[in-house]
Amino acid sequence: MVLRMASKTSAALSSRKQSGNGSLIGYFPAGYPTLDESIAAAIAMCKSGIDVLELGVPYSDPVMDGLVIQAATMQALENGFKLKQTFEAVSAITAAVDTPVLVMTYWNPVLSYGVDKFARELAQAGGAGLITPDLIPDEAQSWLEASDKYDLDRVFLAAPTSSPERIQRACNLSRGFVYAVSTMGITGARNEVDQLAKTVVANIREASTEALAAVGIGISTAEQVADVNRYADGAIVGSAFVRAYQDGGLEALIAKVSELASSLK
Amino acid sequence: MTNLRDQVGPYFGEFGGRFVPESLIAALDQLETTYQAAKADPSFQAELNELHRTYTGRPSIITEAKRFAAHAGDVRIFLKREDLNHTGSHKINNVLGQALLTKRMGKTRIIAETGAGQHGVASATAAALFGLECVVYMGEVDTERQALNVARMRLLGAQVIPVKTGSRTLKDAINEALRDWVANVDNTHYLLGTVAGPHPFPTMVRDFHSVIGTEARAQMLQEYGFLPDALAACVGGGSNAIGLFHAFLDDEQVQMYGFEAAGDGMDTPRHAATLNYGRPGVLHGARSYMLQDEDGQTLESHSISAGLDYPGVGPEHSWLKDLGRAQYRGISDAEAMNALRLLSRTEGIIPAIETAHALAGALKLGKELEPGSSILVNLSGRGDKDMETAAKYFGILDGASDGK
Ligand SMILES: Cc1ncc(COP(=O)(O)O)c(C=O)c1O
Repeated sequence: MVLRMASKTSAALSSRKQSGNGSLIGYFPAGYPTLDESIAAAIAMCKSGIDVLELGVPYSDPVMDGLVIQAATMQALENGFKLKQTFEAVSAITAAVDTPVLVMTYWNPVLSYGVDKFARELAQAGGAGLITPDLIPDEAQSWLEASDKYDLDRVFLAAPTSSPERIQRACNLSRGFVYAVSTMGITGARNEVDQLAKTVVANIREASTEALAAVGIGISTAEQVADVNRYADGAIVGSAFVRAYQDGGLEALIAKVSELASSLK
Repeated sequence: MTNLRDQVGPYFGEFGGRFVPESLIAALDQLETTYQAAKADPSFQAELNELHRTYTGRPSIITEAKRFAAHAGDVRIFLKREDLNHTGSHKINNVLGQALLTKRMGKTRIIAETGAGQHGVASATAAALFGLECVVYMGEVDTERQALNVARMRLLGAQVIPVKTGSRTLKDAINEALRDWVANVDNTHYLLGTVAGPHPFPTMVRDFHSVIGTEARAQMLQEYGFLPDALAACVGGGSNAIGLFHAFLDDEQVQMYGFEAAGDGMDTPRHAATLNYGRPGVLHGARSYMLQDEDGQTLESHSISAGLDYPGVGPEHSWLKDLGRAQYRGISDAEAMNALRLLSRTEGIIPAIETAHALAGALKLGKELEPGSSILVNLSGRGDKDMETAAKYFGILDGASDGK
C-alpha cells in the first residue's frame, strides 16, 4: 500500500480548527478580468486572510452559478481565457503564497483536456485538488483514479436533499473537505444563510467522524462566516468577493476579505 | 445485446449518465422511481392513451405525398402527421406523459425550456389542462423569431421568461431552467422537452414519443402492406427522430436517417450539426456528442430553425451513430426553406422549419435509394409559428422588399 500524503487542504482547515478559529475559503475566477489581474487578486486574497483558495475555471454553461459569477466568468472568456492558463495561475499563486489552491471546475473542460493530463498538470503546478460541482461520485471513476495517482484533493458536494447513503459516499470519497451545500439554489449572496446548512453538516458528522465540512452558497457577511464556523469547519465565500471586486477593484476585494477574515480572529 | 429496442438508460454505450449538481440527484431519483412505478401500473398507460385519443387526437394519420415525391427521384414518400396533433407538433406526446407524472409526484409547478416554442406551448397547454403553474424559459433570440408561440403560451396562462445570457437560444434556456429547478425542486417538475439531459430523461422522453413509430409501423403494414425502406426525421435534441426510429430499431432492413441543421452550410462554421462535427463531452447532464472548442467550452450553434439550434444531442443518438445503426446528415437553411415551400405547394401542407430539414433530407435521399423505394418522414410539426420567418425569407409580405 502506498502511503498517502496528508491533504494540504484538510491540514489547513484542521490547524485552524485546533487553534479555535474557523476557516474562510475564498473563491475567485481565473482570468477575471484578465489572467494577470486574477492572479494578483487571488494572491492578495491569500495574504489578506483566506485559508484556502478556490480558483474558478470560467465555463460557457455554469448551471450552478448565479448572475454575479456568471457575469465575471463570461467576461473572462470574452477576454480570451484559455483552459491552460488555469495551470499558469495556480503556479504563480502557489509560488507567491502557501495557501492551498483548489480549482473549482465544471466537468467538461477537464474531460475535454483529458482527466489524467489535467490532474498531472494541476499537481505539477502545485494545485491541491479539484472541487467539481457537476460531477457526482457515481460518475467520477476516472477522476477518483487520477486524483489518487497524483495525490490531489477531491471535494464532492453534499446537498440538503442528499440521502444518508449519498452523504456517506461523499464523505468516504472526498479528500480535503466535503462541500456542504447550504441551500437549494445557485451561488449568490443571500440575506440569511439557510438553516438547512446546519442539517447538512450534522448529516456529514453522522456519516463520518473524520471528514471536514465546509459550508458554501449564499454566505456574504462577517457575521455569517463566524456563525457557520460555530458548527462547520469552514465557510466558503464566492459571489460576495467577486461583487466587491466588480464594485471597487482590488482595494475593495482586500477590504472585504480582511473584514470577513477578522470575524474569525 | 440482441435487441436495440430494449436498451434503457442511464447509459447508451458510453453515452448518457447524470452529470448534474448533487442537489438535483434526489429529484432525478424521485422521477425515476415515479416513472418506473407508472410504467408498471396499467392505469397510467390507460389514462395516457385515453388522453391521446380524446385530447391529442391520436393516432395521427399517414399521408402519402405523391406530388412532393415526384421531386425526389423514383421513390414513394409517406408522412407521419404529428403536425395534426393538438398544439401542432409531436411535443405533446411527451408533455402529457410527464404532466401525469408531475401529478403523481404531488408537484404543482412545471418549468420548461423551449426553442421553437412548440414544447413551451405543449407544456403551457398541459398546465392549463391539469391546473399547474407553468414557467417557460426561452432564449431572447427565439422569443423574437417565434413571437407567435410566445403569445400562445401567455394566452394559455404560462409565464414566458426571455433568457438573455450566452447565445440567448435553446442552450441557455436549458441552463436557466436547471437553475430554477435546483432552487424550487420541492414543488417543481422540470418538464424537459427532448431526449437530452440527465437520466431518466433520455429514456423516459423516448418512451413517451415511441408511440409515433409504433403507430407508423402498424399503419404502414396495415394500409400498404410493407415497411418503409428508410426513415427520415429532423434532429435537434432528437425527440421526434427517436420517437419514429425506436419501433423500427430491430428491423434491420429499415435504414434510418437523422437530419441536423447545417445552417449556412456544412462547409461553414455556422451550423448546428452536432453529430457530424461535434465530439463527445458533457452538456446539460449527459455525455453525448456536442459542439465544443478545444477547451471544452460549448460552441454556439446556428440555424434558421429555433428548434434545431442546439449544440448538443440526446445520448441515444450518439450511441446509434457510433453503432452505425442510424446515419446523420446536415441540411442547410436554404435547402430546408426550399423543401418547406415545395411541400406547401405540392401537398397543401405547411411544415415547421424544423420538419422541413427532414423533408429536404428525404428529397436528397430519394435520389440515392433504389428506384421504387419508400421513405417514411416524421412530419413533426406544422408551420404556423414560422409564417413570419418564411414570409420574410421568401419576400411574400405585402410591402416586403428584402425577399430572396
Ligand atoms: C416541429 C418540431 N420538430 C422538431 C423539433 C426538434 O426537437 P427534437 O429533435 O427533440 O424532435 C422541434 C423543436 O422545437 C419542433 O418544434
